Amino acid sequence: MKSLSATHDPLSIAARQVTVLEDPEGPGPLFDDMLATHGMEILRATQLETLQVNIGKMCNQTCVHCHVDAGPDRKEKMDRKVMGDCLRAIEAHGIRTVDITGGAPEMHPDFRWFAKECHARGAHVIVRCNLTIIVANKKYHDLPAFYKSINAEVVCSLPFYTASRTDHQRGDGVFESSMKALHMLNAEGYGMGEGLLLNMVYNPAGAFLPGAQEDLEKQFKKALLADHGIRFDKLFAITNLPISRFLDYLLKTEHYEEYMEKLVGAFNPSAVEGVMCRTMVSVGYDGDLFDCDFNQMLELPMAIGMPRHISDLSTSSVDGRRIMTGRHCYGCTAGAGSSCGGSTT
Amino acid sequence: MDKTYYNPADLKKFGNITEFQKELGEKFFSYYGEVFKEGALTAREKSLIALAVAHAVQCPYCIDAYSTDTLEKGCSEEQMMEAVHVAAAIRGGATLVHGVQMMNKVKDLTHG
Repeated sequence: MKSLSATHDPLSIAARQVTVLEDPEGPGPLFDDMLATHGMEILRATQLETLQVNIGKMCNQTCVHCHVDAGPDRKEKMDRKVMGDCLRAIEAHGIRTVDITGGAPEMHPDFRWFAKECHARGAHVIVRCNLTIIVANKKYHDLPAFYKSINAEVVCSLPFYTASRTDHQRGDGVFESSMKALHMLNAEGYGMGEGLLLNMVYNPAGAFLPGAQEDLEKQFKKALLADHGIRFDKLFAITNLPISRFLDYLLKTEHYEEYMEKLVGAFNPSAVEGVMCRTMVSVGYDGDLFDCDFNQMLELPMAIGMPRHISDLSTSSVDGRRIMTGRHCYGCTAGAGSSCGGSTT
Repeated sequence: MDKTYYNPADLKKFGNITEFQKELGEKFFSYYGEVFKEGALTAREKSLIALAVAHAVQCPYCIDAYSTDTLEKGCSEEQMMEAVHVAAAIRGGATLVHGVQMMNKVKDLTHG
């Protein structure tokens, strides 16, 4: 499967996605109107705690629902100058957590250097790992040891605890490779209750919402331990946002309206407070800044007056800024809420 | 007026049954909500039971609703299909167990 970008699909253009999402006749009120209906102010950031850095769109997988439209055919990657700008911003703001994502960030030739430099500056490093990269090539087999060397938190993703549903979303053989990678992580001490955190992201393999995170975690833990002898720490249940390939899937299967109505209907005012954009800034591979990873994919820059590029972040404050919102934000406020760290309530 | 007996869009209108009988409708939905809460059975177990019953009573709305609900609650395809087989086994068994009544009648009539 090729990315939308490689096939020149109209939806590979972010503005086209925004046009679909912000259609005045579209399902449900505009997001800010919904906040107002509930007597809530526009969404504002609090204090910057996390820098989420997308270091490139290349990935060894081409998942059906990827909101990044990542894949082997995506060549965009962050250069060392931009990485240096990120490090300066981490120092200037005393940023406590650096969340490194992609694509498969480990495929970036400077990934290890960058992760080590973040760690050297006292930041807690999170790596968003798709698992299969660890077994994709011999040169990646030592990734668990590398993660351990910088005490990184590994947030891996696994669509489901069965092979059939996982492979349907991610491709044949992905489940088996993921199990091998999880064994390697467990063998290094990850997920074994020894302080090396191995958390798992679950997002539904289709046009439905995730159930209760706590219940899903119990099921994943029970099934993975019983069937494969695998352990992990926490499960993060994340709602699919109608962006990029997942939006394409919703439109092509005529599930878009139904899915959006479901998100809007499940709007939970108490999930708003904990959304991730309030405490983070997202950096694109080229250094452009956004309120979150989803806004990055939709190319919605931060509010007017805010820095546009990571090179300007060291000398600017982004606390208290207005967060740029859209109908896609219903994905983070549905039910128990959704963020890169799972439920927000 | 629809030209077919079932329209998937009608599922969303289920709550509208209170339009013709408010009190009983509201009592039903209140009861329904209580039934599906976590109790001695988990919400997930109840959802699988509902999926099985939906097939037994052959309600397309319920099948749609509880296929989605069991998916959301993390059930696997195998678990969902096993629930349907439970419904099928009970329905089949209910037919076959009446075979004993048939046998009793036949024996009564032919063996005097």
